[in-house]
Amino acid sequence: MAPEPPLLTMSGITKSFPGVRALDGVDLEVQAGEVHCLLGQNGAGKSTLIKVLAGAHQPDGGAITWRGEPAALKSPIAAMRLGIATIYQELDLVEGLSVAENVFLGHEPTTARFVVRTREGRTAAAALLKRLGHPEIDPARPVGELSAAQQQIVSMARALSHDVRLIVMDEPSAALDPDEVDNLFRIVAALTADGVAVVYISHRLEEIRRIGDRVTVLKDGRAVAVGLPADSTPTRDIVAMMTGRNVEYVFPPRTADRAEVTAAEPVLKVEGLTRKGEFDPVDLELRPGEIVGLAGLVGSGRSEILETVYGARRPSAGRVTVAGKQLRPGSVRAAVAAGIGLAPEERKAQALLMLESVTRNVSVSSMSRFSRAGWIDRAAERRAAREATRELSLRPDNPDTPVRMLSGGNQQKAVLARWLLRGCRVLLLDEPTRGVDVGARAELYAVIRRLADEGLAVLLVSSEVPEVLGLADRVLVLREGRVVHTADARELDEHRVLDLVMEGSPTS
Amino acid sequence: MTQPVSSAQQGGPDKGAAPAPVPELRKKDGPVRTSGLRLDVRNLSLLGVLAVLVAVGGFTEPDAFLDTGNLQLILTQSSVIGVVTVGMTFVITSGGIDLSVGAMVALASVWATTVATQEYGFAGILFTAVIVGLAAGLVNGLLIAYGRMVPFIATLAMLASARGLALQITDGKTQIVTVKSVLDLGLPDSYVLGIPPLVMMFAAVTVIGWLVLNRTTFGRRTVAVGGNAEAARLAGIDVRRQRLFLYLLSGLCCGIAAFMLIILSGSGQNTNGNLYELDAIAAAIIGGTLLSGGRGTIVGSVLGVLVFTTITNIFALNNLQSDVQQIAKGAIIVAAVLVQRRTSAHGET
Repeated sequence: MAPEPPLLTMSGITKSFPGVRALDGVDLEVQAGEVHCLLGQNGAGKSTLIKVLAGAHQPDGGAITWRGEPAALKSPIAAMRLGIATIYQELDLVEGLSVAENVFLGHEPTTARFVVRTREGRTAAAALLKRLGHPEIDPARPVGELSAAQQQIVSMARALSHDVRLIVMDEPSAALDPDEVDNLFRIVAALTADGVAVVYISHRLEEIRRIGDRVTVLKDGRAVAVGLPADSTPTRDIVAMMTGRNVEYVFPPRTADRAEVTAAEPVLKVEGLTRKGEFDPVDLELRPGEIVGLAGLVGSGRSEILETVYGARRPSAGRVTVAGKQLRPGSVRAAVAAGIGLAPEERKAQALLMLESVTRNVSVSSMSRFSRAGWIDRAAERRAAREATRELSLRPDNPDTPVRMLSGGNQQKAVLARWLLRGCRVLLLDEPTRGVDVGARAELYAVIRRLADEGLAVLLVSSEVPEVLGLADRVLVLREGRVVHTADARELDEHRVLDLVMEGSPTS
Repeated sequence: MTQPVSSAQQGGPDKGAAPAPVPELRKKDGPVRTSGLRLDVRNLSLLGVLAVLVAVGGFTEPDAFLDTGNLQLILTQSSVIGVVTVGMTFVITSGGIDLSVGAMVALASVWATTVATQEYGFAGILFTAVIVGLAAGLVNGLLIAYGRMVPFIATLAMLASARGLALQITDGKTQIVTVKSVLDLGLPDSYVLGIPPLVMMFAAVTVIGWLVLNRTTFGRRTVAVGGNAEAARLAGIDVRRQRLFLYLLSGLCCGIAAFMLIILSGSGQNTNGNLYELDAIAAAIIGGTLLSGGRGTIVGSVLGVLVFTTITNIFALNNLQSDVQQIAKGAIIVAAVLVQRRTSAHGET
C-alpha cells in the first residue's frame, strides 16, 4: 500500500429509502491515480453509492474520509469543492445552452460577478475539449445539436473545469461506438497519469480488464468484494459475485409430478417474437404449473422479452398466443384481458400507485368485478383484496395501509395479489426479489411456487443465476438478445450457466 | 363545529362498523387515509378559513352580510364557477390541466343564445350549451389523448380559438335572452325553500362529481392515471380513453355552467367566463387537489370556491376595490399551499 492515505475511503455506508435498504454497509477505498471499477447488477446500490459520493444523497450511517480527513458531503457543491466530479449516465446538460456555457455552468468567468465573459469562456472550453481529444466540438454550439458521445465529452470537460481529484463515471461507454470508447480510455489514462482517480462503472467486463486497476463488487446494497486486482481476478469469479448468493436460500420443492405438468397443453405460446436491436426471434411454451426462467446478464434482452410478451413493447415480428388465442401485438390491454399479468422490474415506477392504499393497488386491474355500471361495491372490493393479500401473507394485514409504507417484499406481494385477484393464468415476473429484504425472499419464493402449483404458468426473469436455477423448472439462457441454451433447471448448475451467459465474449 | 359539518359533508360516518385491529403504523408517516370518507386535514383547515371569513363578515357588516339575500347571493355566485371547478378537479386529479374552461363557457353561452337557438326555447338553449361544451371538450380530449399533445398547449389553443369563435358569433354584442322559462329560473319566485335553482344545480353537480370520483371505476381510473400513468397502463387501464373522457367531462361541466350563467345574466356574451380557468385551478389547488395528479377532492374544491366567493362578497360589502380582493386571493393561494405542504404526508418517494 502507498504510504500516503487513500484519496477516499467510505466505510459502513448505509442508506434507506421507504421500504428499501439501498446501501447496507458499503466500503469503498480509492487511491489517487487509479481506475477503480464499481460493479454490480441493476439495483445492487451503485447509483445510490455514487449519489452519496456526489453529495446528492445523504447517507444514514457510515464514515467518509477524504485525503485522510473526515469529510461530509453535504451537498453537490460541497462534493465539487473537495474535487469530486460525477458524470451521470443521464447527462445533466442544458440542451439549449452552448457547449462553453454548459462547461462553466455555475462558475462562469465574469466581470464584476455578473456579466459573463463569453469569449473567455469559449477559449477556455476549447482548450479543455482539445485536451479531451475533441477539438472539433465548437464551444459556441448548442449542446442539443451534439451527438451523445460529444455530449459526454462536454460533461467531462465540465468536470475538468473544476479542480478535480476524483471523477465518477456512470456507464460512460453505454452510448459510445468502439472507437469512441478507445478515445474515452485514452482520456481516462491521461487523467490517471495526472494523479486523478476515476471511479468507473460499467456492465462490460472486458472494459474493466482493459483499464481497471481494482474492482469493488456490490450486491444487494453490500460490497461483496472490495479492491480486488482487476487484471488477475478471474471473470467468472467476478460474475459469480455479481449474480450469486452470499446467503443460501431455501427454495421450495418442485412439483413432484412433472409428467402431469408436461402433459398439459401450453397456456402461453411465444413464436418467433422479435424486437429489432433488442432480441432475436424467441420461441417458448409455458404450461400451467410450470415456472420457466430467463437467465442472462444486463443487456441480454431478458426484460425486453418479458415486456414484449406483455404487449408493453411492440414486437417487430412474431406472435403471442394465450390458450390458443392470438393476442393483438403491442397491446397491454389485450394481454391482460387474455389473462397475463406482469410484476415489472421497477415496482414503484411501473406498478404501484404510491399514494393509494393496498386495497386500491390490488383491485386496480379487477375493478369491473366489483362494479355494476361503473359503481364500485367497496365492501366487496375490500373483502376480495384482503382475501388476496392474506393468501400471500402480506403484512401489515390492513387493506387501508398506504402502499408506500410497505416494505419492498410486501409491495411485491401487493403486485402479485393484484394479478391473483384478477385471476390471471400467466404471470410474468421481472426481478421479483429486487429491493426485497434478504430475509423476505424465501417467503416470496414459496409464494411463487405455490401459485404455480395452483395452476399458474410463471415466466421468471432474474439477474441472480441461483434464483433462476432454484425456482424455475426450465431455464432459457440468453446472451446478447439470443437464446443460447434451453434446459431443465436440474440439469444446469451455476458454473454452466455463467459459462453460457459469457461464452464468446472477449474475456472468457 | 366541525363535527356535524364533517358528517354532513361526507355523507355519513365511517362505514367500517367493526374496524379490525389496526396494526401499528409509523407515526411520522402522517394521517392514514381510509377510503376518503373522513374529512382530512386539508379540508379542515379550509373549513377553518371559511369560518374565520364568516366571522369577519358578520363582524364588519353584521346586517348586510348575514342577510338571507346576501347568503343566497354568495351561493349563487359560487355556483357557476363551482360547476366549472368540479370538472377541473377531475382533470387536475388525472395529472392534466384545462386552460380552456372560461373560453368554453363563453362559446357555449353565446352559441346557446343566438336568435336561431332561442327559437327552440328552453330545451334549445340547454341542449346547445351542453353540446357545445361537450364538442369543445371532445376536441381537447382527442388532441391530448390521441394527438399526444401536452394538455397545457392543447387547451391553451382551445382557449384562444373558442374565445375568437365566441366573438365572431356575437360580433361583440350582448345577446339578450327572451325565453321566459329560462329567465324565470333566476327569479326569487323560483326559489325552493329559499334555495335558488342555480344553487341546486351546483349542489347536484357537486354530489354527482363526488360520487363519480370516489365511488366509481371512472374515478378510480382518474386517480390511477394521475398517480402513475405508466403503472395504470401496465395494470391494463386504457389511459388514453380515460384522458379523452376527462376532457369531455370538463367540457360538459362548462356547458352546464354556461347554461347557468345564461340564467344568471339573462344574456350571452363573448366575454363570459373571463379568467375562469385561473379561478377554477386556484380553488382546486387550495382545496387540496394535487397539481401533479393522483389526489383530488371535490369537497375541497367546493370549499375553495366558497372561500373565494365569500372574500369577494365581504370586500364588496366593505366597499373595498377589486384590486385588494385580488391581492387577498393571491395571499390565500400561497398560504393554503404552504399549510398543505406542512400537513401533507405526501412523501418524496
